[in-house]
Amino acid sequence: MKLLRLAVLAVPVFMATAAVAQNQVATLRNTAPLDQEGEATQIPGIVNTDIRQVRNYPDQPPLIPHKTDNYQVDLNSNKCLTCHSRTAVEVSQAPMISVTHFMNREGQTLGAISPRRYFCTQCHVVQTNARPLVENEFVDIDRVIDYVNTQQSGAD
Amino acid sequence: MTGPKTGLTRRDAIKAQAAAAAALAAGLPIPAAAQNLVTDANVTELKWSKAACRFCGTGCSIMVATKAGRVVATHGDTQAEVNRGLNCVKGYFLSKIMYGADRLTTPLLRKTGGEYDKNGEFTPVSWDEAFDIMAEKWKKTLAEKGPEGIGMFGSGQWTVWEGYAASKLMKAGFRSNNIDPNARHCMASAVGGFMRTFGIDEPMGCYDDFENADAFVLWGSNMAEMHPILWTRITDRRFSHPHVKVAVLSTFTHRSFDLADIPAVFTPQTDMVILNYIANYIIQNDAVHKDFVGKHINFRRGNTDIGYGLRPEHPLQQAAENADKAGGSEPMSFEEFAEFVSEYTLEKAEEMSGVPAETLEKIAKLYADPDTKVMSLWTMGANQHTRGVWTNNLLYNIHLLTGKISTPGNSPFSLTGQPSACGTAREVGTFSHRLPADMVVKNPKHRAYAEKIWKLPEGTVPGWVGSHAVKQNRDLKDGKINCYWVQVNNNMQAAPNMMEEGLPGYRNPDNFIVVSDAYPTVTAEAADLILPAAMWVEKEGAFGNAERRTQFWYQLVNAPGDSKSDLWQLAEFSKRFTTDEVWPAEILDANPEYKGKTLFEVLFANGKVDQFELSEKAKEYGNHESEDFGFYIQKGLFEEYAEFGRGKAHDLAPFDRYHEVRGLRWPVVDGKETRWRFKEGSDPYVKPGSDYEFYGKPDGKAVIFALPYEPPAESPDAEYPMWLSTGRVLEHWHSGSMTQRVPELYQAVPDALCYMHPDDAKAQGFRRGTEVRIISRRGEIRTRIETRGRNKPPKGLVFVPWFDARRLINKVTLDATDPISKQTDFKKCAVRIEAV
Repeated sequence: MKLLRLAVLAVPVFMATAAVAQNQVATLRNTAPLDQEGEATQIPGIVNTDIRQVRNYPDQPPLIPHKTDNYQVDLNSNKCLTCHSRTAVEVSQAPMISVTHFMNREGQTLGAISPRRYFCTQCHVVQTNARPLVENEFVDIDRVIDYVNTQQSGAD
Repeated sequence: MTGPKTGLTRRDAIKAQAAAAAALAAGLPIPAAAQNLVTDANVTELKWSKAACRFCGTGCSIMVATKAGRVVATHGDTQAEVNRGLNCVKGYFLSKIMYGADRLTTPLLRKTGGEYDKNGEFTPVSWDEAFDIMAEKWKKTLAEKGPEGIGMFGSGQWTVWEGYAASKLMKAGFRSNNIDPNARHCMASAVGGFMRTFGIDEPMGCYDDFENADAFVLWGSNMAEMHPILWTRITDRRFSHPHVKVAVLSTFTHRSFDLADIPAVFTPQTDMVILNYIANYIIQNDAVHKDFVGKHINFRRGNTDIGYGLRPEHPLQQAAENADKAGGSEPMSFEEFAEFVSEYTLEKAEEMSGVPAETLEKIAKLYADPDTKVMSLWTMGANQHTRGVWTNNLLYNIHLLTGKISTPGNSPFSLTGQPSACGTAREVGTFSHRLPADMVVKNPKHRAYAEKIWKLPEGTVPGWVGSHAVKQNRDLKDGKINCYWVQVNNNMQAAPNMMEEGLPGYRNPDNFIVVSDAYPTVTAEAADLILPAAMWVEKEGAFGNAERRTQFWYQLVNAPGDSKSDLWQLAEFSKRFTTDEVWPAEILDANPEYKGKTLFEVLFANGKVDQFELSEKAKEYGNHESEDFGFYIQKGLFEEYAEFGRGKAHDLAPFDRYHEVRGLRWPVVDGKETRWRFKEGSDPYVKPGSDYEFYGKPDGKAVIFALPYEPPAESPDAEYPMWLSTGRVLEHWHSGSMTQRVPELYQAVPDALCYMHPDDAKAQGFRRGTEVRIISRRGEIRTRIETRGRNKPPKGLVFVPWFDARRLINKVTLDATDPISKQTDFKKCAVRIEAV
């Protein structure tokens, strides 16, 4: 699945490189000259597979792998917690919210979720099936470690 | 070709490292399918360093992990008071913003047949060739038109020393005040409000107010999306202390309403009516803090009918009585002020704003109750407003009438949009009328002060006010500015009325446009020469956030290819000019010691900026500018700049200290930061015994202004029946040039949609997803209708965000500005919507 995604990504990158030779260099635009308007693409669907994604690094908030349409998260109620709270996960089998979410500003653990973490969508976002406009060449730490190992064994 | 060479060995090492990073990026090492756990500390250990977030004005501190020349992870800094370990979703993905596959790595010049051609194709060139053609164009224009013929457009995303270097190069080097930051689109009305009411810029309070207030009132701000980490502090306070109330006022319902005890959707522009009603309520209900007002306040009546900052020939400008003296005012008494606001009754406020009377009273009571500590918060809703300065003044009015200011939790707080709109654009003074530390080019004493610090001849800095952001685009279109350099912003996408002003200006055959950026943006596409820029932690930097906090970071990784920081580009370009080419004979004849010197010598190698040796820089971090120039240029620039504000209530700490701490809030006096200004006991500049002193004004008194409601420049009518408001979304920063290149952020919110009330959509036969044209008198875009999303406009209003390069909503917006601040109103114009 991951390899497939990479293969899909390669196409727009090629287009981006080709565009430099002409004058439409604005990769994110890539539709029409600046004074014209291209067709607006369809609103993409929300990925609703419930399949968890690899995080780019441990500190990254996990992406939401399901729809959240009409979820109520406000003064009165937090719909996300009906599955992700500490006591809900046995039934829901959803991941429990991180232990960091029980900590206050001073890093002390509270008896319940810290209100500073109340609005989930400030950090956790759903994904659409829109195809990225340009590849990102961020390198995962495991590959960096492999690289460091290769360099060290090469030097030895 | 990369400028003067100092130390080949070092350069070779950098090149080798860059090659290694490139090999990594190409993905040469194949990850093993099944890998054992790696535990060797030599291999797994990451180097963690602090940096300020690259995005909004909140100023979160970030911990950045690097390994093998790459950023591999980021997280919120637990030691930072601002964010205490938290980031928003954008902040959590900072690790990836520098790694878009289309990073610019070499200058690109439009050429045909090997020669520069305005209509040629972008062709890779060396830095030497890039600077050659730039210098040729600049010299030609300076010779023909003088300093008025060149211009520069920067940003609140310049680091402190980059903005300072740019301002010095333009104002002292080229002797042109045609330099403005995109903070003009963002914070100019806030600045105008501060200067008029207090005589000194930037908030008196600080973020500690969040943990002390009993009520929060959002005036047109959507903090849940635009200042998410500050929103976590409000959320924390609201839920942890049940007596706390949150009021949210806006022209449409958005995510901040999820926390609102008191929600209020008002008709565009009537925030001014509600604010005057609250002032009236405070007076009618005997809630004026008479002792405070008597001792610390003056009252003034502002000029009215001041126009809309449009081109002078526009009928609205012709009709305005005080278009040429928009900022004027005259003294009045408290009684006259009370009479002035008395017409803003509850009934009138309800009728004009559309907000129920009961709701309006609830909000007014928060301010009137002496036992409720209130924090008011606002950003673009108040600032991007054809009466933005007035709206800022009116907000201060209700805090000053009640004495709710400068104490913990009592805080009128102007939030900031960009990471260094305060630190760079405002404090350094990169505006066309400003100098550092709130000084202005019009004042001969201020110019003389600048010339003394800069060790430059008398008369070097010109006294004319340069062209502001919107006027620069008009000047380009009119052929008044012919050479133009844009750094660290995407103004073709960001500026209003792109089709009538921006694009014709850039593509005017008389003009040569240079754009420095890390990525090929819409603005870069409109340019003639593109310069590749180092970004964020690819250079040593400093930002100043909304609570006056100055924060530093080191260069943590090397920039790709030949890309260089804006600072390097500015200083390097200054070597291409001698004083004889850019200064008049009378200055040089009177000061012959400056003759024949390069601008680099007189501005940067002036005995001050170059006083700190390269050996003083941190050993474990790179510094590509200092290594090239041979001295610690960031420290030299900062220390010279800090001279402007020390002893003048803008004191900054010594350079080195900022590398050790998580920022400090100025004024920093005797090593201590200042949390609440103007209040005795917390601000060392307040005279003992005065309790409060608004020392920005000569008599120490702040000003309450009588200012009426005046209508917007353009309102819906039969032909264009809908209001258009533009703005941002949580997942994207400004024009999306960084965040749209992070796949997770792009896939979260890929497109700018037209948020519309379901009844309005139904009435026109639209459904969710219908492709439409949004059409104004100035231009149109194509996008799709969203009736279910996070923004829920009332009937008659649509909201379209501006992050999407494929859907440039600023083709539609109107370039009407506040006549005092010259800031555009991006929140109100009239459109019609048609199915494609």
